[in-house]
Amino acid sequence: MKTTNKQEHSVTSYPDGKQEAITVQHVTKRYNDVLAITDVSFSVGKGELFGLIGPDGAGKTTLMRILMTLLLPTEGEAYLAGLDVRKEYKKIRHLVGYMPGRFSLYQDLSVEENLEFFATVFGTTIQENYDLIRDIYVQIEPFKKRLAGKLSGGMKQKLALSCALIHKPEILVLDEPTTGVDAVSRKEFWDMLKRLQKQGITILVSTPYMDEAGLCDRVALMQKGQIMTIDTPPRIVENYQRNLLAARSTDMHRLINDIRNWDKTDTAYAFGQFVHVTTSDDNLEAVELERYLLSQNHTQLQVFEISPGIEDVFMDLMTS
Amino acid sequence: MRTILYILQKEFIQVFRNRTMLPMIFFIPILQMLILVFAATNDLKNVNIYIVDNDLSSASRKLTDKFQASPFFRITQTGFSPDDAEDALKREKVDMVISIPEKFEADLRRDDEAQIQLIINAINQSKAELIYNYANNILQGYNKNLIAEWKGLPEFNPPKQIKVQPSFWFNSELDYKWYMAPGILAILVTIIGMFLSGMNLVREKELGTIEQLNVTPIKKYQFIVGKLIPFVFIALFDLAFGLTIARLAFDLPIVGSLPLLFGFATLYLVGALGLGLFISTLADTQQQVMFVSFFFMMVFILMGGIFTPVENMPTWAQYLDRLNPIYYFMRIMRNVVLKGSGFTDLTTEFASLIVIGITFLSLAIWRYRKTT
Repeated sequence: MKTTNKQEHSVTSYPDGKQEAITVQHVTKRYNDVLAITDVSFSVGKGELFGLIGPDGAGKTTLMRILMTLLLPTEGEAYLAGLDVRKEYKKIRHLVGYMPGRFSLYQDLSVEENLEFFATVFGTTIQENYDLIRDIYVQIEPFKKRLAGKLSGGMKQKLALSCALIHKPEILVLDEPTTGVDAVSRKEFWDMLKRLQKQGITILVSTPYMDEAGLCDRVALMQKGQIMTIDTPPRIVENYQRNLLAARSTDMHRLINDIRNWDKTDTAYAFGQFVHVTTSDDNLEAVELERYLLSQNHTQLQVFEISPGIEDVFMDLMTS
Repeated sequence: MRTILYILQKEFIQVFRNRTMLPMIFFIPILQMLILVFAATNDLKNVNIYIVDNDLSSASRKLTDKFQASPFFRITQTGFSPDDAEDALKREKVDMVISIPEKFEADLRRDDEAQIQLIINAINQSKAELIYNYANNILQGYNKNLIAEWKGLPEFNPPKQIKVQPSFWFNSELDYKWYMAPGILAILVTIIGMFLSGMNLVREKELGTIEQLNVTPIKKYQFIVGKLIPFVFIALFDLAFGLTIARLAFDLPIVGSLPLLFGFATLYLVGALGLGLFISTLADTQQQVMFVSFFFMMVFILMGGIFTPVENMPTWAQYLDRLNPIYYFMRIMRNVVLKGSGFTDLTTEFASLIVIGITFLSLAIWRYRKTT
């Protein structure tokens, strides 16, 4: 059994593009009595941009640290580029780039010194792989003499990405790269990821922001150490069978309370300027909700049916 | 090999960029050499004494004069009431009370024997012993003169006695500073090396930088050696700096070979820093490293023989000291600096330090985990 496994996973190049870059089979991680992740299985194809979506404490970081060979799984198997994370961690470390959730570069070294250090310990130079990081690095190059600790959040993130890419990894693993970053930088960052993906790099990225799910090729929704669903964002939405209503009025706070107090309401969440409502009876029409809300004296009321977005699906999956 | 060089380059940049590190490297040796060496003295001077002379005879005055003339004692109070004297002792105004009773001289003349009382403050046991020994010396000298005088023997023909002419090798003046300085230096390099390297390693854990480092192909031994070498250099620099201060400030003779001394120091530091790094691989915060390292330092220093000779310890403690790197280094420092011992005189120390160094360094490398 073991030998066949090994043969199956000993290929590090993917000529036909069908190979799996990341394979996770029934991985469980237990800290004493606490289960951090429970029986997680999924795979990421070569060149795919795969998202792990989930709230804080879902087990995303634990899973990534297992893949990065920093943590041993209690049970189960995991392979990166066909290499076993338990046994072939030395080879894996050459193939992957990792950007931890917390800024982990040397704050007392300059931008350039950090990049140079990580290039040299991987046995390469900045010049050799400059092409790969050029787009990102040019934005921080004017500050290359500045200490990393003195950079702004967005620039730190770009430096961290540059350092994770400097040895030209096949697989890039990013742990909540956009947490604590402003909206513009977040958008820029995802554009950068898309460009890296075009260069053939497999990307595994985790995020607590559900609106970023739509930017991935495929996503896995994680909660409490388990994967709730894995699919492409459009298919996840397609599979959602519930009827969804949106409502708004002048007093949003009272509106959401009133909707939640209605006996036909299943869930009600604020999404931007609207309240998204699912009802216990999926055939219920918008006018019924409107009638109820009018009886509660809401003004400038708008109620209509909408097609669900991926966030609605996740909210539903996480509460059911 | 090249990877180690890159790691070293990074470590040195960080050390010299650290604002607290440089003052520590320069300030600690100056402070320790110029203050501790003087302060850690066993010499006894200016012991205050209270004389209760109820006899007021020529014999009692002669005795008082003997104490007065000694450089070790200082008669600060005199009186007639033993109670007042005791009170002064209790309030620590004086360290010794000498009570000369009435008829002291008369008793001496009639019975050839008289008694006086010494009361010594023994809060500090070793100091009390020293005071007693010095006082006893003075009393014996007084006795001898008295016998000579009263038995009518001329002073230039004293009674026959053995004359002791001591010769103190390797420290002829018995200068305690020469004795203390090498010992203090041994502690200095240990503190600098062990603490700085240990704290540096665990700081990578605290800041999370180790996370990024662990996913690189850096090998465990490369990482540990990278943490070791910069601080060995810094400690050696401080050793040289401290020796220079000792040479300039109190003329410390450096009899032995300096290359030998620094060779041994390097070997010792590998062990001491290995222990510091081992501790920090087990710890998660700089605080933990501080406390645990401090504990080991205390035990090692107090058992290392800086203040008290190891030969005075119980046998089991002496056996335990075989594991104490400071014990060996203390001996090496004193023997090479004061006595000029060569390598062949220190083969036991050499072998022991090799074993200790390999052990601690291997433990550190073994315990450092890239994967948990």
